[in-house]
Amino acid sequence: MDQAPFLTMSNICKSFPGVQALKNVDFDLRKGEVHCILGENGAGKSTLIKILSGALREDSGVIRVDGKAVTLDSPARAHELGFSTIYQEFNLCPNLSVAANMFLGEEKQFKNKGLIDKAKMRSKAKEYLTKLGVEISPSVRLSSLTVAQQQVVEISKALSRGAKVIIMDEPTASLSGEEVERLFETICLLRENGVSIVYISHRLDEIFEIGDRITILRDGTKVKTLESTKEIPREEIVALMVGRKLEDWIPKIKTEKGKEILKITDLNSEGKFYDINFTLYEGEILGFSGLVGSGRTEVMRAIFGADPYDKGTIWFDGKEMEKNNPSKAIKAGMYLLPENRKDQGLILLLPISQNVTLPRLSLVSNIFKISKGKEREAVEHYSKELNIKTPTIRRLVKFLSGGNQQKCVLAKGLFSRSKLLIFDEPTRGIDVGTKAEIYDLINSLVVEGIGIIVVSSELPEILGLCDRIIVMKDGTIAGELERGHATQEAAMALALGEGGIN
Amino acid sequence: MKNVNEKSNKKLTRMNSLKDILVSQYFVIIVILLVMGITISFLSPVFLTSRNLLNVLLQTSINIIVAVGVTMVILTGGIDLGVGSVVALTGVTLGTMLKANFPIPIAFLLAVLVGAFTGIINGLLVSKGKVPAFVATLGMMSVARGLSLIITGGRSIYVFPKSFLNFFGIGYLWFIPMPVVIAIVVVIVAHYILNQTRFGRYVYSIGGNAEAARLAGVKVSSMLIMTYMFAGVTYAIGGTILTARLNSAQPIAGNGYELDAIAAAVIGGTSLSGGVGTVWGTVLGALIMGVLRNGLNLLNISSYIQQVLIGTVIVGAVLIDRLRNNKA
Repeated sequence: MDQAPFLTMSNICKSFPGVQALKNVDFDLRKGEVHCILGENGAGKSTLIKILSGALREDSGVIRVDGKAVTLDSPARAHELGFSTIYQEFNLCPNLSVAANMFLGEEKQFKNKGLIDKAKMRSKAKEYLTKLGVEISPSVRLSSLTVAQQQVVEISKALSRGAKVIIMDEPTASLSGEEVERLFETICLLRENGVSIVYISHRLDEIFEIGDRITILRDGTKVKTLESTKEIPREEIVALMVGRKLEDWIPKIKTEKGKEILKITDLNSEGKFYDINFTLYEGEILGFSGLVGSGRTEVMRAIFGADPYDKGTIWFDGKEMEKNNPSKAIKAGMYLLPENRKDQGLILLLPISQNVTLPRLSLVSNIFKISKGKEREAVEHYSKELNIKTPTIRRLVKFLSGGNQQKCVLAKGLFSRSKLLIFDEPTRGIDVGTKAEIYDLINSLVVEGIGIIVVSSELPEILGLCDRIIVMKDGTIAGELERGHATQEAAMALALGEGGIN
Repeated sequence: MKNVNEKSNKKLTRMNSLKDILVSQYFVIIVILLVMGITISFLSPVFLTSRNLLNVLLQTSINIIVAVGVTMVILTGGIDLGVGSVVALTGVTLGTMLKANFPIPIAFLLAVLVGAFTGIINGLLVSKGKVPAFVATLGMMSVARGLSLIITGGRSIYVFPKSFLNFFGIGYLWFIPMPVVIAIVVVIVAHYILNQTRFGRYVYSIGGNAEAARLAGVKVSSMLIMTYMFAGVTYAIGGTILTARLNSAQPIAGNGYELDAIAAAVIGGTSLSGGVGTVWGTVLGALIMGVLRNGLNLLNISSYIQQVLIGTVIVGAVLIDRLRNNKA
């Protein structure tokens, strides 16, 4: 193996409004190696690969290819330099043939009297596919292929464009076990041919199987680059990934565990989650942790009636919720604060007041008329209580900051007299000050006897707030941690499938 | 200190209100309407007479009524292409009933039910069937037209009772033509529904973000069905007035009404992506088109050129509005 790095990135910094996504990160890639990047959600992996693929520009730092400094200012430039990225969502046209997809935008090479020589294009496509050892006909429509086969087409497409570096973002996320094995064979083949791979995955097992080196990122900084996967044991890698201290300590108020509020038994939804069982008691904050895509959000949406489920029962406030839908759930006293507040939580073009009262308009209206006076009074009450920063409640929600928008969603839940509030990623994209306010609010709500579920990818948040934590992995409950016994390492280990620690 | 703050706050609100008027959604349309009115009144002495102005209102009244229905549909993020055909279908339903000597109220009620029924079908297709509104109502456009032709055998029905013609077409309330009176009632009712009732609130929220509305417990399907139904009722009222004004129910009536109605809504600031727009805006939009047509007729401009000018004004009004909004 050639030991001089083909690509080096040094002192890369990138910040977005409110967050520094990358702080002085160094990264290098040798010819013909598989270099894995590991890190929690939000550690900076995506930002790093977006810079490599030309989708984002670094704020400062130097990128060198073959020793020469380069600027990656556009995806086209990245392609020219031989960088190809394969995202989880493929960049392919489902209605075109395999060959047409592979050479999309590059048809010039097959020009023959102003037309495209399709036979030549197909044979060229076949050549690349054979090189990767797969039997796919270049003339079939892409949409008739499996996800794994489409991925191979993406890889061939990258190779046909002279890719020297292929960046794979969670390539196994939607593959079966057998397909994963075949992908690894393809990766080995690429490696032998001198192609370098940047491999991003949450799955430790895969990284140990396929990786040559591992770089660990945490909170936008590089923790360490391991020269070999055998350098240190797995547990230490997990510790390196999560190793930060609880930065903002969240005050915990002791409350007495009361009666049962929500009881979920054997909830199943094919392809999303399986055998979910848990109970929530009054005066308790229950946390749901796990990696993005582990099924946490899907479970919550099913409980709230936003999505259908296959089987199982939901007992809420002593009654079984049958054929649930959001309207019914809200009337029963449940409210979900969705993970994406702009798309799901709020109607941006309407004022604060109209958003807040929407879930239970009947509280301020009769069938003929909405009482604007009652509405104003109620919304102003919550606006004050939650400290929503706005000159007037008539302001359109789209003009509010992320934190104030989240407070509006919370006001919706409180206005509709909820007995159970489900927070999905309550502080995503919110500044530190408002975060603390939201933690305080959650804590005071519990004291009032409202049941609370918090779904979050931020471990410190979950550990600081919750009395109990349920960790999900691949759509099932991987384990439960009690407050006091819960540590970041234990939660992360469960999420990654390293059950041995607990 | 507090006093100073209050003063500057007051100043701020005053500035805001001036700014509000300038960026008000109606500013551009009102200016266009005034400019058009003034220009035409210089070119033709007849324009500003009260008789002519009432005439403009009379000619615009059907468009105002059906455009109000279309506006509600567009507010939910939908569209309705079946306007003209349903106007014809409800017209011939009414005509047939009157010819069969049904009492006027019953015949009218039946026309309204037919209009509402077409709306319910549209609403079901859009909400439960997930058929794009464009396609569902395109189908209704053809079906309703076909049914009108079947019912009448392709022929017009004419000569109706005097009292029917008086109430819906040629009569006056004091000095205001009855169609204008009915249009005013429809506008006020629709405005009330949109601004004072839960249903109206739901219409805006579905158009603003249907998924967020659903997660806030809004019964999106029922609300959509009700919206299309309401629109169907306005078409039935339009069809009734048209029949009374012409003293004849024609299966080919109302051709192209959907375009005038959608144009009125869009000129009036209703966003085709839903959630934004008002009944007043649509009324102003319809008046712009009415004044323009009337003016061009007074100036003896050929109907061929009229079509070109009207199309230009529709696009121009919306373009100016968009450019201004992008700047703001």
